[in-house]
Amino acid sequence: MASTTIVPFGPQHPVLPEPIHLDLELDDERVVQALPSIGYVHRGLELLAERHDYLEMSQVAERICGICSFIHGQGYCQGVEHLMGLEVPPRAVYLRTIWAEISRIQSHLLWLGLSADAFGFESLFQHSWRIREMLVDIIEETTGGRVIFGVCKVGGIRKDVDDETLQRVGRRIREIEAAYEEVARVFREDPTVQKRTAGVGVLGAEDAYALGAVGPVLRGSGVVRDTRQLGYAAYGELDWEPVVETAGDCYARCEVRLREISQSFDLIAQCIDRMPEGKIDVSVKGKRPQGETMIRLEQPRGEVCYYLMAKGRKNLERFRVRTPTFANIAPLVQMLKGCELADVPVIVLTIDPCVSCNER
Amino acid sequence: MSFLKKSPWVLHYAATSCNGCDIELLACLTPLYDVERFGIVNTGNPKHADIFLVTGSVNEESRKVVENLYAQMPDPKVVVAIGACALSGGIFRDAYNVYGGIDQVLPVDVYVPGCAARPEAIIDGVVRALAILEERARERKTQRKLVTS
Repeated sequence: MASTTIVPFGPQHPVLPEPIHLDLELDDERVVQALPSIGYVHRGLELLAERHDYLEMSQVAERICGICSFIHGQGYCQGVEHLMGLEVPPRAVYLRTIWAEISRIQSHLLWLGLSADAFGFESLFQHSWRIREMLVDIIEETTGGRVIFGVCKVGGIRKDVDDETLQRVGRRIREIEAAYEEVARVFREDPTVQKRTAGVGVLGAEDAYALGAVGPVLRGSGVVRDTRQLGYAAYGELDWEPVVETAGDCYARCEVRLREISQSFDLIAQCIDRMPEGKIDVSVKGKRPQGETMIRLEQPRGEVCYYLMAKGRKNLERFRVRTPTFANIAPLVQMLKGCELADVPVIVLTIDPCVSCNER
Repeated sequence: MSFLKKSPWVLHYAATSCNGCDIELLACLTPLYDVERFGIVNTGNPKHADIFLVTGSVNEESRKVVENLYAQMPDPKVVVAIGACALSGGIFRDAYNVYGGIDQVLPVDVYVPGCAARPEAIIDGVVRALAILEERARERKTQRKLVTS
């Protein structure tokens, strides 16, 4: 009878910025199965909707996660606006799109850095974060915050960005893109990166679809699905195509994110070119949210769903979030089956685990 | 604190935080702020660490991990709580699953405010922690002398 060993992975682990625990059942060096256990970051955020009124709650929603903070705030606000029947002015919609894309780029760069660190390429980690820091400067200049933007509110946005700043941001984005291309070339061409990622953690298209994978994990397996295709915010008016790779391994997921960064640079430039004039918010005075709705957005990590229910009071009745990392844990367990122990950190990182999103 | 006698190694653990402070903490290690030039290294091993950087408001599950990590660190050690959540629970203070503050479970030496705490603030917190660390090392030395004499 073959005997297996159980090796704990996490919650505190050098490659993990956040705590998640996996019990890896090993036969020699090969993983037979992986059992995830979560709960290290559960705070009970959804119930806070009962404590904070629906306007304050947008700040709480933004703190579901510090990396994709803006898109959480945007999703919550879109949901409440839908319940209240508010029409957000186009300028606010475009600015929201710009900020969402900037936060997508910084999240992907952050992930590229962390994954480079996971396969032991430390200088690449430092370079990715150097470029990310340039984007954080833009975020700080336009919103005031570095990681928590705090600019999204129900009915629009809190802060306008004047045209001069926008043009400057547009020029800086081009410079950052040039710097990014150099780093992207290393990810694409360096043999050590390919050795660690190509053919590792393969997830077929059927498996990815059946297990409910979302975002770059799903698109890296060849399934064309990007929630931005729904055309929320300004995405319906912009020219773009979902990024898809077919190999389904760690390298393909990496490539999807690399190409999405270039695409986001392009989307930001398009938004700046087509920026409409006008107001940035509508008044919510005297109105209360009523009814129930489901909102889907594309996070850097994949599709996120918000369920909101309100009964015309100042607090929401129910606020529910299903985050991309949660959807990607089942595919992760599938990917880990049969891989080498040394590849586990790389595979875990390719789903871009965001544990605080996952557990709220 | 006139100069550093040794290179302080830090251990980071996200105890129920939203990630914001954690990425700011990682940003301290990367080229713009680069604390590594002062010899500050982020280690994954609690047995190598001098300074324990904790973020977040701590729930039951992460309390066990935090206490375990703290117990594994060799003396002298300093705990730095980073971010509004680690100080008092912050925006999650009313949530049902949090203790509200690291000081509910560990003795905290330095508090770094902010939501999310800025890298400059985190570096300042670590520098203050260094002064405390040196003070503790000195105390231990005197105690040892007393014991041996």
